[in-house]
Amino acid sequence: MIPELGHFALIVALLLALIQAILPLYGAQRGNLTLMAVARPAAQGQLLFALIAFICLAWSFLANDFSVLNVARNSFSQLPELYRFTATWGSHEGSLLMWVLILAFWSAAVSVFSRHLPEDMAARVLGVMGLISVGFLAFLLTTSNPFERLLPAAMDGNDLNPLLQDWGMIIHPPMLYMGYVGFAVAFAFAIAALLSGKMDVAWARWSRPWTTVAWAFLTLGIVLGSWWAYRELGWGGWWFWDPTENASFMPWIAGTALMHSLAVTEKRGAFKAWTVLLALVAFSLSLLGTFLVRSGVLSSVHAFATDPARGAFILGFLAVVIGGSLVLYAWRAPKMVTGSGFTWFSRESLLLANNVILIAALGSVLLGTLYPLFMDAMGLGKISVGPPYFNAVFVPLMAPALFLMGVGPLARWKEASLPDMVTRLKWALVVALATGLLLPLTQDGFNAWASLGFFLAAWITLAVAAAFIDRLKHGQGGLLQKLAALPRGFWGMQLAHFGMAVGIAGIAVVANYSSERDVRMEVGSYAELAGYTFTFRGTTMYEGPNYRAARGTVEVSRNGKAVATLHPEKRTYNAAGMGMTEASVHPNFFRDIYVAMGELLDDQGDTWTVRLFYKPFINWLWLGTLFMVVGGFMAAFDKRYRIALRRSEVPKNLAAQGA
Amino acid sequence: MKRWLPLVLFVVLVGFFAKGLFLNPREVPSPFIGRAAPAFTLPLVGDANASFSPADLKGQVWLLNIWAPWCVSCRQEHGFLMQLTQSGRIPIVGLNWKDKAREAEALLARTGSPYVAVPEDLDGRVGIDYGVTGTPETFIIDQAGIVRLKHIGPIGPDVWQTKFEPKLKELGA
Repeated sequence: MIPELGHFALIVALLLALIQAILPLYGAQRGNLTLMAVARPAAQGQLLFALIAFICLAWSFLANDFSVLNVARNSFSQLPELYRFTATWGSHEGSLLMWVLILAFWSAAVSVFSRHLPEDMAARVLGVMGLISVGFLAFLLTTSNPFERLLPAAMDGNDLNPLLQDWGMIIHPPMLYMGYVGFAVAFAFAIAALLSGKMDVAWARWSRPWTTVAWAFLTLGIVLGSWWAYRELGWGGWWFWDPTENASFMPWIAGTALMHSLAVTEKRGAFKAWTVLLALVAFSLSLLGTFLVRSGVLSSVHAFATDPARGAFILGFLAVVIGGSLVLYAWRAPKMVTGSGFTWFSRESLLLANNVILIAALGSVLLGTLYPLFMDAMGLGKISVGPPYFNAVFVPLMAPALFLMGVGPLARWKEASLPDMVTRLKWALVVALATGLLLPLTQDGFNAWASLGFFLAAWITLAVAAAFIDRLKHGQGGLLQKLAALPRGFWGMQLAHFGMAVGIAGIAVVANYSSERDVRMEVGSYAELAGYTFTFRGTTMYEGPNYRAARGTVEVSRNGKAVATLHPEKRTYNAAGMGMTEASVHPNFFRDIYVAMGELLDDQGDTWTVRLFYKPFINWLWLGTLFMVVGGFMAAFDKRYRIALRRSEVPKNLAAQGA
Repeated sequence: MKRWLPLVLFVVLVGFFAKGLFLNPREVPSPFIGRAAPAFTLPLVGDANASFSPADLKGQVWLLNIWAPWCVSCRQEHGFLMQLTQSGRIPIVGLNWKDKAREAEALLARTGSPYVAVPEDLDGRVGIDYGVTGTPETFIIDQAGIVRLKHIGPIGPDVWQTKFEPKLKELGA
């Protein structure tokens, strides 16, 4: 009964989405306020019914209802309750339902926080979001019904993929989707602006906080995925340039470009057409990511059950949404007149350079991801493009963008002075160059990549410091008062940039100075790595809730002093008989010690291959990205958006009184 | 004209995607095609004293179906395999892969067995020799013991008609 209720709720949500899409868009075109007013309640109603559907599916999982196909395939009676709940979004169908739910959530959020928008703008934005909802709900209901029954019911389920039984995986998909789907808001704003023909700077101001929040969520989602892969896959790697990783990284790059370009459009009225195009591209890439992952066009570790019918549906949807929006763009583009001009050296020109580089980098990732598909489609054979391509192309492309990151925030709008900039940053440049050249020498000799990384990290950090010094020269009061008086937007940007610097430092170290060993270990034997001694104390068997595991004990010491006792595990999950490596990590600020069990080599359980990793500065990577996320949220909640909100309420009230 | 450029690029991409939908990225050409099927001797499920080896079927064209009781897609294709066996089209050997819980015998007793023999590959070593990436996978092995085709995923009427039948006709079976 409950699954049918969920199915029914989805159908109601689809009907509400249709109403939310059609009536307000038509009303906005006709200037009919009654029809436009339908948008908000319809969006909120859609959220309610999407939530009901989600709760029904979650209930089916929690209640072990194996007569639901989705539950039978992705859950198991012995699975702990928490993972039974998270299995709700562990399958193709469930994760699409989550997508729908989050889209409904964003729509409802827009309906609440859009009171200051002109009615027709709000109606169009919500209408466009309704259209996207219609597409996804129809996809869910026609090809991927999460509530499909299995008759006769299965005795027990197949279990959730053990790789997903980890708390990193619990929050990675929701955060990632918050980001992906959040770009739908920027997309809807851009389409609404194109439809209305009013491409003034107002739409840039309205969509800017939404874009920044979506970007922050996407950053968090990607990092959680990376952190999960690092701990869970047992290879000690954190980024594999896998098609699915790229599918989330491409919208991120486009979103980063969009955030910066929106700044120019809002402040200077320049780059209007370009910003609109980026808003379309960022969401299009989110959709593209969905297509790539769900259709099975590219094979990947993430591939869910693939089905050409699903692929064809998403491709059709993609063609309509992206194709339609690009036609609209091409039609309206001549109407977008650019604002005031700027000289070759100004904040505008630097941000333009940043955008050009980011888009080139995006192109390189897109090409590498789709290259196997191009070759295959043209009958030129099956190939795969791996990390060597991406590292060789992406890293050199990004380096100049990161250099500009230091200069851009200090440059003035419209026209900056190069000599002045040189005066302000020459010491930063000297110190950064020295850091880059000398720091690697304290390790084992000169390493060009590490040098580049250290130089950029130091450069960005010093530029952030210079920006603060610059700001603190003016204003009144003590240092703390002055710091507190700086706008949140400034704090957010600088924190995010500093986070990037911390992340780059982490990457430079971990990519160049990590060490690892695959060793054969018997009980009592020891191995050395990076100055640490690892002593193997054997394994014990134990029973987990839905698996059996051999739990190893490895004592780590340095210079005779105990550092940690690690317990890596080798698990066998009961339902599928699938083996899993559960690495054990001892983290601190400067390094991770990471131990993973390999294979059992004898019958007594005494001899194993064990993988030992020493990962210096890896935690700087997570820390840096965390700064970026916090910076993003700070910037999005800058006071001036709220002031703008209050200001615009006044004329609306006056207008209401006048009418 | 510049403003149409994004659209043009997108249309080209869609063309490739549409083509890509009908390609299978998993269809990696198996290195086993055209080579002798790896030899093995394994005990049979339900009768540890009897054993099976590919050499037993020399002179016949047969299917090696790799399955497991815990595999849902295998249950999906079970019905079709039963039909095949009832029609007497081709002998099917069902390699029972990594069945740690030893459920195969009970399962086949309940659902019926489409197999002429069910060798038991408990630790999955034979599966590794055959490059098995997951269940179900099915191989056509010819009269001389050469692997002629490898199919990943469940077999249904469509797959059978488009993929297996032409190959079997070619082999004169």
